[in-house]
Amino acid sequence: MTAPATGDAPLLEARELARHYVVSRGFMKPKGTVRALDGVSFAVRAGETLAVVGESGCGKSTLARQVTMIERPTSGALRLGGVDVATGDAATLKRMRPLVQMVFQNPYASLNPRKKVGTLLEEPLAINLDLDRAARRERADAMMAKVGLRPEHYHRYPHMFSGGQRQRIAVARALMLNPRLVVADEPVSALDVSIQAQVLNLLMDLQQETGIAYLFISHNLQVVRHIADAVLVMYLGRTVEAGPKQVIFTRPAHPYTRALLASTPVLDPRRRRERIVLQGELPSPLNPPSGCAFHMRCPYAIERCRTEVPLLEPLGGAMVACHRAAELNA
Amino acid sequence: MNDLSTGDTIAAAAPSLADRLRAAANGDVAWSFRHSPVAIVSAIVLAVCLGGALLAPWIAPHNPFDLRTLNLLDALAPPAWLVDGRTAYLLGTDDQGRDLLSAIMFGARISLLVGLASVALAMLLGVTLGLVAGYAGGRIDAVIMRIADVQLSFPAILIALLIDGVARAVLPRDAHGTQAIGVLILAIGVSNWVQYARTVRGSTLVEKNKEYVQAARVIGIPPLTIMRRHLLPNVLGPVLVLATINIATAIITEATLSFLGVGVPPTQPSLGTLIRVGNDFLFSGEWWITVFPGAALVIMVLAINLLGDWLRDALNPKLR
Repeated sequence: MTAPATGDAPLLEARELARHYVVSRGFMKPKGTVRALDGVSFAVRAGETLAVVGESGCGKSTLARQVTMIERPTSGALRLGGVDVATGDAATLKRMRPLVQMVFQNPYASLNPRKKVGTLLEEPLAINLDLDRAARRERADAMMAKVGLRPEHYHRYPHMFSGGQRQRIAVARALMLNPRLVVADEPVSALDVSIQAQVLNLLMDLQQETGIAYLFISHNLQVVRHIADAVLVMYLGRTVEAGPKQVIFTRPAHPYTRALLASTPVLDPRRRRERIVLQGELPSPLNPPSGCAFHMRCPYAIERCRTEVPLLEPLGGAMVACHRAAELNA
Repeated sequence: MNDLSTGDTIAAAAPSLADRLRAAANGDVAWSFRHSPVAIVSAIVLAVCLGGALLAPWIAPHNPFDLRTLNLLDALAPPAWLVDGRTAYLLGTDDQGRDLLSAIMFGARISLLVGLASVALAMLLGVTLGLVAGYAGGRIDAVIMRIADVQLSFPAILIALLIDGVARAVLPRDAHGTQAIGVLILAIGVSNWVQYARTVRGSTLVEKNKEYVQAARVIGIPPLTIMRRHLLPNVLGPVLVLATINIATAIITEATLSFLGVGVPPTQPSLGTLIRVGNDFLFSGEWWITVFPGAALVIMVLAINLLGDWLRDALNPKLR
């Protein structure tokens, strides 16, 4: 991931990407700064899936907003196909935007309830490309066939569809502009388990077919194990561990990654591993703890963790930010 | 969205207008209307008022503005059922010998015109500013909403008086008579936009964080298009309800301004002007000149208000 590029240059590269929000804490009180994203680096290659994992509030969705260019990062670099979009002007962003599209978590909220499927699918084309009606219709029909929707669905409204169908409409809409990267923000967590596989397989089939890259945001590790090539674990706006899927799932080095993995239920009692129950909640990003952000909940925390921020360092094929990682994994 | 009546629209490839009308007739709002006696009665009363006002030149028994038909000897005739009452003047006449029923019908035209037009103006202003404030946020939001707050701290009638006064000073003296209705619409419209702006801003703040708006931004739709095509249809519901109720308020404001003598001129009386003229005769026994226009105003406003109330409940999914 953060290892030097082998061969071709990455499609998306983020370096020390940060996004801070200034928030008012009330009348006549000093303004606070929320470090929603506080220096995250990663790279995604074409045809690859990078899964971003973490609890609610760890900055996953903020990351998605930076990558989709809805918001401008506070600092750091974000390169898409070699073009810097973190500091790019409006014209550059307009040109680059079609390359990154997004699938949202809730297909009940991400489709405007007052627009027909056909309109929803053709809107990206109408805004970004100079195509006539017939050409737009043709592309919409082709895309609907690709995601398994029937031609007569063109004239229906979103509320007439099931959750799985809606999410396939959302996927189709994201793909209308032939993007190189699709950011999927928990795309299956709002769906029934029986439907989740359907949407995941669709995403994977489309990747095989078009060589598209995914930035897959999730807290469901089963899903991540199914779809990802590499995993980035985030905690309070920072990377705690990043590496190839095999390494993260078989030899997690950071105590937080271990806790996340241990929280996934395992049916077979013989395969159950040691349970790590985290105490407390994610601390407020408005007032983050000193040193390692995880030290208040970490069973292995020592004095150094309270004072010194751990750096991301290579360990056993992955990158880990923990003072005691080497010692714990010895 | 959750009604079963959309079943037939699913079958059709493209719902035609007829299908849509049928769906609307079977919809929740229509059902609620059929089961609300208050709404039905209000609608009938309002239809009668509207019909009387719109068709006044053809169905009114007299033309109160045709000076040739006026006869001062007919002045101050009481309603037909009283002693000295004449059947030609069902509700009596005023001090100029004008038939009150006809004057009310013609007056309602002006009241309704001012009411509808000023609400349309207030809506246009308020919805636009509210949408921009809510969507843009930050400094723009602060400026628009502080202006709204300042305006809200004055009574609407005072703002309307101020605008009317400025218009009088700016416009040439002889133009004022012909421009009076336009000035009234402007004054009432501008003094009422704040409510719409606040309502729309509130809904926009909720809607703009929904995923479909983010999706629109990811696609690269420009902000103004997002506001117009995606947000507007989804924030308009509460505004329409507010508008129905505000039509009544606007009619009353017009009547108040006319009663104070700064509204429409007495040669072109609205309901408010009629009430004011009649007020002078209240203590000399000619009560009908002020009571009948007043009653017409009350009935009309009440009908609109009750309809607005019903619409608010009918469109509120939590009360269904």
